[in-house]
Amino acid sequence: MSGAAASLTVDQLKTKATAIRRHIIQITTEAGSGHPSSSLSAVEVVTALYFGGFLRHNKANPRDPKRDRFILSKGHAVPVLYSTLCEAGYYSFEQIMTLRKLGSPFEGHPNMKRLDTMEASTGSLGQGLSIGVGQALACRLDGYDAHTYVMMGDGEMGEGQVWEAIATAAKYKLGNLTAIVDQNGYQQTGATKDVLDLKPFASKFEAFGWHTQTISGNDMAAVVKALETAKKITDRPTAIISETKKGFGILPVLEATGDPNHHGKPLSPELAEKALALLV
Amino acid sequence: MSGATPASTMQIGQLAGLKMGKATRDAFGAALKELGAEFPNVVVVDGDVGNSTRTEPFAKAFPNRAFNVGIAESNMVGVAGGLAAAGKTPVVSSFACFLICNAFEQIRMSVAYPGLNVKMVGSHAGISIGEDGASQMGIEDVALACALPGVTVIVPSDAMCARKATRAMLEHVGPVYLRCGRAEVPEIYTADSPFQIGKANKLRDGKDATIIANGLMVGIALDAAALLEKSGVKVRVLDMHTVKPLDEAAVVAAAKETGRIVVTEEHLMAGGLGSAVAATVARTHPVPIEFVNVGDTYGESGDPAGLLQKYGLTAEALVSAVNKVRSR
Repeated sequence: MSGAAASLTVDQLKTKATAIRRHIIQITTEAGSGHPSSSLSAVEVVTALYFGGFLRHNKANPRDPKRDRFILSKGHAVPVLYSTLCEAGYYSFEQIMTLRKLGSPFEGHPNMKRLDTMEASTGSLGQGLSIGVGQALACRLDGYDAHTYVMMGDGEMGEGQVWEAIATAAKYKLGNLTAIVDQNGYQQTGATKDVLDLKPFASKFEAFGWHTQTISGNDMAAVVKALETAKKITDRPTAIISETKKGFGILPVLEATGDPNHHGKPLSPELAEKALALLV
Repeated sequence: MSGATPASTMQIGQLAGLKMGKATRDAFGAALKELGAEFPNVVVVDGDVGNSTRTEPFAKAFPNRAFNVGIAESNMVGVAGGLAAAGKTPVVSSFACFLICNAFEQIRMSVAYPGLNVKMVGSHAGISIGEDGASQMGIEDVALACALPGVTVIVPSDAMCARKATRAMLEHVGPVYLRCGRAEVPEIYTADSPFQIGKANKLRDGKDATIIANGLMVGIALDAAALLEKSGVKVRVLDMHTVKPLDEAAVVAAAKETGRIVVTEEHLMAGGLGSAVAATVARTHPVPIEFVNVGDTYGESGDPAGLLQKYGLTAEALVSAVNKVRSR
């Protein structure tokens, strides 16, 4: 496929991740709403997918049937995806700065009808992995060597549909499917361990027949290694439990507010300045 | 959730001189299998009721294109959305209530909102499924499906109609809900009869009133028309097999030309064909309307004919409704 992502080194990926984090802060502060902290935890994985040589995508034809797919099931974190696609040359910074504004296709949650780079319309949690199973089944049926990645949040794992999809992926031995749990430890009203603690995830996936890895998900080298390993597993689906920090990269700024979770809150322009000063 | 015994005790269509035919679910299943080779993109996603919904013959003929994801309707619909996003034409099927009610949120987000080309087929619609009782009866499904922007909703009245609707559904680009029944229904159409999504079929004409019906109620409406004719009342009968998009021209013509309308369906009052017709009539050419449907209640176990009698879905009830609407 043409337009496959350049494969950057770990150091180059870290630089890219910083640029993406800056975009996340800037566009959500400009929007005055959104989920920057949920986006920031996922930056290393999304950056590595698009720039580490993993996700084969085609800017000239985003719906190329042979492309690899990345489904952001935790759709509220879509600023990480818009920011990454901006860095990948799909959209200008001016375009993604229209986030959440009337008339903008960069909506508060992914809308595949308005953006051909979105693989699913998400935002109602728990549905992305099922869609990924469908995509993976279709690719296999068509004989395409395409890989489907689905990212979920750890709070999202409370949705029963996720476990239905996990069972189905195992039944069909979908070696072309990778689930990533962005385990940032928080959900809307508090710590995930206090709301509905479903950890450990790895042993649960394994019980269903999945291959699993548990990694430090804000460590770029670990993320790259895990994605390399996942590619090699072809006889069953594979899950990466990505242990992250919600708001990673600007944690001191969030902690100083007394609300380290900072769910669904943009930074004020003043706090954004402080955050951007950390992202250099 | 079993499904073998047909509702052979019913006498629908006898007054109109119709011959009893197959259930719409059987016609759908046979058509789907027949069309499998012609439509290579079609795949089936089943929630472990394929022998009830009649997708099983397709699954046996095309095993690599059929996926039984188990008793997990939410996931079933999401998987169908993913298959559609990758260019397939998934036919996702369960009992009408489990498909539409259980997986409504998944239909909203993973099918309707993105406008994906998923064909949703609900079997066991209405109270005529009989003995299994209220938990298995889809009587809210049309309202829910119609509530979703961009979803086409089809309720075939007989086996031929279901067969033609199956082809039309596969040829149509976009989400479709096809509602099928378990009970045998009389043969209304022949192979030469027209079927077009969104176009009502005028089965009888008359100037005194119009009965607008779909599904199993079409045969009963024809029985009622035969009864009414004996007392000198001539009614138009429209088979409104497509609830959405509604054939507004046919509704407006009925209002203007016959001045009185009775709407009947095997569904709750809220949100079904009756609501759609009433909204159109109120907006275009207001005339008196009566409604014959399940009302605002759940069903129960019983024999299909007895249930239709108890819940007032009979030719006699339609005759009364026509007389009432004509007296207003």
